[in-house]
Amino acid sequence: AAGMVGLGAGRARAEALEPNGWEEITTYNNFYEFGTGKDDPARYAGQMTTSPWSVTIDGMVDKPGDYTLDQILSAMTIEERIYRFRCVEAWSMVVPWNGFELADLLNMAGVQSGAKFVAFETLLRPEEMPGVRYPVIEWPYVEGLRLDEAMHPLTLMATGIYGKPLPNQNGAPLRLVVPWKYGYKSIKSIVRISLVDKQPPTAWNKYSDREYGFYSNVNPNVDHPRWSQASERRVGSGLFAKKQPTLMFNGYEAEVASLYAGMDLAKFH
Amino acid sequence: MTLIDRVNGLLRRVPVWAVYVVCMAGAPWLFWQGISGGLGPEPVKGLERELGELALKFLVAGLAITPLRRLVGLNLMKFRRAVGLITFYYVCCHLLVWAVLDLQVLGQLWSEIVKRPYIAVGMAAFVLMVPLAVTSNNASVRRLGAKWRTLHRLVYPAAILGGVHYLMLAKGFRLEPLVYLAIIVALLLIRLPVRRWIRVGA
Repeated sequence: AAGMVGLGAGRARAEALEPNGWEEITTYNNFYEFGTGKDDPARYAGQMTTSPWSVTIDGMVDKPGDYTLDQILSAMTIEERIYRFRCVEAWSMVVPWNGFELADLLNMAGVQSGAKFVAFETLLRPEEMPGVRYPVIEWPYVEGLRLDEAMHPLTLMATGIYGKPLPNQNGAPLRLVVPWKYGYKSIKSIVRISLVDKQPPTAWNKYSDREYGFYSNVNPNVDHPRWSQASERRVGSGLFAKKQPTLMFNGYEAEVASLYAGMDLAKFH
Repeated sequence: MTLIDRVNGLLRRVPVWAVYVVCMAGAPWLFWQGISGGLGPEPVKGLERELGELALKFLVAGLAITPLRRLVGLNLMKFRRAVGLITFYYVCCHLLVWAVLDLQVLGQLWSEIVKRPYIAVGMAAFVLMVPLAVTSNNASVRRLGAKWRTLHRLVYPAAILGGVHYLMLAKGFRLEPLVYLAIIVALLLIRLPVRRWIRVGA
């Protein structure tokens, strides 16, 4: 399965990645709709109803509409992708995702020529989400990608981990995974995907533009105002583990650097 | 005999050393939790935060002792020094975990303090507390006389800085740091009118 991971130079490195255990991946989460503690999502996300589920695909597409999860999955090929996952809080994991390329889904809906960005929205269901009682950030959680980022072959829509269905705390039943960006770009439990011609608002960027840029590419040279991004703590390595250096674009520089050619990555952080 | 009298009577029988032992056990217990998996798969941040929150809790407890005696008649004065030193102990543990386990590169200590305002604020609180801990013995109280009381008012700015430090490091809008800061400010404000009233009265 690891062989399916790679794209050119990414392959060799991807195969060397040792994934975190199921327990680590599914008990150490940020999903503020269920609380701000790392163990809150595992504790409370079980009450989220994920079936039936449908995703509204709208905006500048040929075939807008509400797609049921079954409709989407029956048209997609699920594969395994072992990716590094780097949180903006300077911790990281390696996750063996199962999913399909976002590009396949967007092509299914038919992207119109004027579309330049993709906007995503997470489910907002207060009766099942104890965390949204507090305005930690503005709900619902929204994210966005430039169209070329969204169409990149590394950009995944995940449906599972370790061959098992995605647990709710990890963003069931359908979440984005953009491995070269900080984790919060990989929006969970998606209910809406809109093709638009202007850069869409994104949840953390609305909270603080200075701290959380629209691009949020993993970059060891651009610090968060409150902490260094030069290194990261690998989840599961224990109390005394040495931090490891953070890689440019989270190790996917060969694949994605060209998307940002000529851009000032400190300004467009 | 009122309830408060009875509580005060019970408190008189609690030895101070027991307060030290019980309250300081939190740090080694948390440390053990961090090693044995009780703080989850990424224990460093959890340990750091728990120790910081314990420091704030004891800080609040220490600030509450005088108002509790004045307003409710609850007498915890014999534990005040212990609570203050336990606060400093948790501040030191928090600082050590940050420097050694979190930051790891001690050469970056100073640059981090300069670069990150929330760290500078927390560090300022720590610095203000050092002379208080150093002069918390009977000999210093005797030697400094009236100056001792003045010196130990440094705990007021230290408390504000501690609360602000917590508020500044929150990601997203969070209630807990605001609650801590509000309690700290309230415990300081309680002191103001009482002191003025006494001065006017005298």
